[in-house]
Amino acid sequence: MAKSATLTVKDGQLRASVNGLLKDLLGKGVVDAILVPLAHPAGNNVVQTLVTRPDYLDQADVLAPVMPVNAARILQAMTRLTPANIKTAVVMRPCELRALVELVKLRQAQLDNLYLIGIDCPGAYSVSDYAQFAADKSSDEFAGAAWNGQEDPKLRAGCRVCEYPVPLLADLTIGLVGVDVKEGLLLIADSEKGEELLSGVELAAEDKSKAAAKRDTEVKKLLGKMEGIRKKFFEETRAETGGAEKLSEVFGPCIRCYNCRTVCPVCYCRECFFDSPTFELEAEKYLGTAEKRGAVRLPADTLLFHLTRMTHMGTMCVGCGACEEACPNGIPLLKIFQLIGDSVQKLFEYVPGRSLEEELPPTAFREDELQWIGEK
Amino acid sequence: MAEGGNGFEPKIIGFLCNWCTGAAADLAGTTRAQYPPNLHPIRVMCSGTVDPVYLIKALLSGADSVLVGGCHPGDCHYVSGNYKARRRIAMLKNIFESLGLDADRIWTRWISASEGPEFAAAVREITEETKKKGPNPLAADWAL
Repeated sequence: MAKSATLTVKDGQLRASVNGLLKDLLGKGVVDAILVPLAHPAGNNVVQTLVTRPDYLDQADVLAPVMPVNAARILQAMTRLTPANIKTAVVMRPCELRALVELVKLRQAQLDNLYLIGIDCPGAYSVSDYAQFAADKSSDEFAGAAWNGQEDPKLRAGCRVCEYPVPLLADLTIGLVGVDVKEGLLLIADSEKGEELLSGVELAAEDKSKAAAKRDTEVKKLLGKMEGIRKKFFEETRAETGGAEKLSEVFGPCIRCYNCRTVCPVCYCRECFFDSPTFELEAEKYLGTAEKRGAVRLPADTLLFHLTRMTHMGTMCVGCGACEEACPNGIPLLKIFQLIGDSVQKLFEYVPGRSLEEELPPTAFREDELQWIGEK
Repeated sequence: MAEGGNGFEPKIIGFLCNWCTGAAADLAGTTRAQYPPNLHPIRVMCSGTVDPVYLIKALLSGADSVLVGGCHPGDCHYVSGNYKARRRIAMLKNIFESLGLDADRIWTRWISASEGPEFAAAVREITEETKKKGPNPLAADWAL
C-alpha cells in the first residue's frame, strides 16, 4: 500500500500550505523545476508555468478552479523530442495526468525525470467564469466548499460529469477527498519517486495511515456517485443527440475552425488528415459534387470530420472537456465524446490514463475477440 | 435499373482485400455466379488498410451500405491486418450505435479466394437487407 503523510494547513490557508510544499521541493533541491499553475498577475486567469526560482511559487494556485489548457498538451510540446534533462515536478489535474499517460503511449511525451504530482480535483470553471469568480473569491473558499458536497452548476461541462476526479496514476497525490482540508492535506506517495519527494521535504511517511484509509473509502463513494450521475447524463445525451436528424442539428453550428482538435490533448496525429492534400480540391470537384447531389454544405465534410475524430481518439478520450470549452458556437462536444468514448472504452475494457502497460486499443488485437464481426 | 420492391436500388461500396475477398469476387465472375450489380467494389491490399474514415465518407456521400471484405481471421496475407480491421469496424459500429445511427449498414465478410459462391451469396444478402432498410438517411442530408 502507498505511503502517506499529512501536510499541515495553518489557519485554513490551503493555497499557502500547498505553495509552501512546492517551495520546499524546489528550494531544497528535491527537484530542479516545477510546472505548476500560477495566478496570472492580472488576476483573471491561472496559467501553467515552468518555474525554477522558488519565490515565484508564492503565486502558485493549484486548486484555483480553472484549467485554461490541458497541461498534457504542454508536456507533449516540451518532451516529445527529448525528455526533461533536469528533475521536473509537474502539478496536474487527474484528466491532465490521464491524457499525459496516453501521450506517452503514443510516443509523444516522455516521463523521464518527471515527478507527477496529482491533485484530487474539485473541478474547474470556464476561463471567463473563473475571472468573475476570482474578482472576489479565493481558491481556498472554492476547494474548501467543493468537497463538502456542494454542487456547483457553474462547473465546466466536463467537470460536472467527471469519471475520475482523483488521479489514477501519479507519483504523489495531494488528497482532498475525505480529508478535512482546513486542518491538513493528505500526501500519498504511489511510487519510489513519490517517496523521494516526501523524504526530500522531510515529511514522515506512514504505511497504512487511518487518514489514507478514510480517503480510499470516500473516493469509492465519490466514484460511485459520479457513475450514477454519468448514467443519467448518458441517457439524456442519447435522447438529445440520437439519430441522423438530431446529429445534424447538433453539428449545425460548426464552422470547422478546428478549435476542438487543437485543444484536444489526445488528438494525436502530427499531421491531420483534414489538413492533407486529400481535401485540396479543384473547383470542378466542388462543383461536380454539388451537381451530383443538388446542394452541398461548405466547408464540406462537417460530420465526417467529427466522426473521424471520434474513431481516432474515442478510446483515448479522458473527458477533460477542452473541446467543448474551445468551441465558439457551443456545440456539446464533451457530451458527444463522452457518450461514444464511454461506450468504446467499455468495448475494449480500456480506461485511458490508467496504466502505461495497457495497449492502446486501435494498435492491438486479440485473436479470440469480436467474433460477431463478419458473422453471417 | 433492376426491379426492387419499391424501385429502390441500393448503392453498396465494398472495400475488398486483394488476397481473399477480392479474389473471391474474381472467382464469382469467372464461374458466372449470379449476384446483383449493386456492389461497387474498391480493391485494397488488406482489410487492415481500411481506415474508418473511408466507410464514413462513403456513407455520408451516398452509399446505402458499406462492406469490408477480408481474409478469414487467422488467414490474413499480412498475418494480422484483418484482426486490426475487426477492431476498427467494431469501434465504428459501436460509435454509430451510441449516436443512434444505423450500424447495420456497416457490413463485414471474411471470404477466402476459393469462396466465389459465398461472395455472390454475401452480395445478394447485403443487397436484400439494404433494400429492406431503404435509402440511407445520412446520404440524403446536404447539411451534414
